Amino acid sequence: DNVDPQETAFLLHKAWTLYSVTPLYRFHRARLRDYARLLSAFIAAEKQKGLAVEVGVELGIKVAVSSLADLRGSEQDQAAVLVQLSLRSQASSRNSEDKLVWSGWFCSMYGDDLSENVPEDFTCLPLFLTHGAESYTSMVGSWFQKTFDCCFRRLAISPLNLSWMVAMWAGCKLDRADSAVELVFSVPHLSQPLDISYAVHPEDAKALWDTVQKTPGEITQEEVDVFMDCLYAHFHRHFKIHLSAAKLVKVSTAVASAHCDGIVKILHSQYLPEVLMLLTELAISQIQ
Amino acid sequence: HLATSLPLPSERHHLRPRINLIVFMIDIKSKYSLKNVEASLAHVDASFFLGKVCFLVTGVGRVNACSIETNAVCKLGEAYCSPVLFCELELEGIRVATAQRLVRMLQICTGHIPGVSALSFVSLMRNSDDD
Repeated sequence: DNVDPQETAFLLHKAWTLYSVTPLYRFHRARLRDYARLLSAFIAAEKQKGLAVEVGVELGIKVAVSSLADLRGSEQDQAAVLVQLSLRSQASSRNSEDKLVWSGWFCSMYGDDLSENVPEDFTCLPLFLTHGAESYTSMVGSWFQKTFDCCFRRLAISPLNLSWMVAMWAGCKLDRADSAVELVFSVPHLSQPLDISYAVHPEDAKALWDTVQKTPGEITQEEVDVFMDCLYAHFHRHFKIHLSAAKLVKVSTAVASAHCDGIVKILHSQYLPEVLMLLTELAISQIQ
Repeated sequence: HLATSLPLPSERHHLRPRINLIVFMIDIKSKYSLKNVEASLAHVDASFFLGKVCFLVTGVGRVNACSIETNAVCKLGEAYCSPVLFCELELEGIRVATAQRLVRMLQICTGHIPGVSALSFVSLMRNSDDD
């Protein structure tokens, strides 16, 4: 599946906060413009109630809701839906553009496990990614919850899932892997918090993964365990510290980075479907 | 008696009372604790695996902090024919209930409950597999 790079350029190099979303009831793709209007009115009303984020002259928020036709995996997947909030430009001069202050998008990448088992009238877009002020996220979330009877939950990522991500992404073939594979650990039970950052040359990490993975295109828990055990053993040999007793909180590769609080950054468009597929799977397992 | 790993130091061997139950504690947040238990299991005499060993997995309340796959622990329990208990030590109610379960198991292992021996644990596990 070739994803249009222009359509997806907006989502690279941004820190997206992840949520899982239960299926939306009676969401109609033909009514996106209506939804934008209704959401805009809702936000204006919320601001009137005194929940304003901006101090000073309030220029009003413009809402755009659009469909990203190519951002999906299987035939059953719904195409992604993008919501953008912009501050209206001040002057009427031609050069002033509306300033984008918040983006959020719903997505399903091979989310068939969920969409197969859901009655008609429900639209499955289990992954929600946001970038921008939390207050806007809260308003948009509230409107969607009220309008489509769905439920949003922050998606945390466990150390187990982070190790899957680093193994998968470190093994991705890239023309130029220009950033190190980095793992950040938080050490528990200390009076002062201590973080350990372990950086590995991307070619070394890929070489290690290549010796571990038996079937290309397939990854097993055993292979991820062996990969991580090798990294832990190497670190222990040098520093006499058992990283396996610490908590893995962040992983970073040239393809993408992920933090246990449920924040990801996608750095390479080539592996976008794979990254989104993994995140969709996490979102679905949180819903079920 | 508490130990961070096995084998126990040989110096105290003659002073040590007979061991009736071994509880291996695995912290779901620490991959290292699983590795440690796996290494320690090699030092346990085979006769203990007739109902005198059990695995206690702690920290299960925090799903988002888990570093170990629960499937891996269940497989360990199956491989060693020993029960696997899951608990969350941070919650007092569960902590107390788990302690009571362990004491009960210990009573059976020391032969203080007439009619029930440690071997019952092994046959109970086999029955649930057949289901």
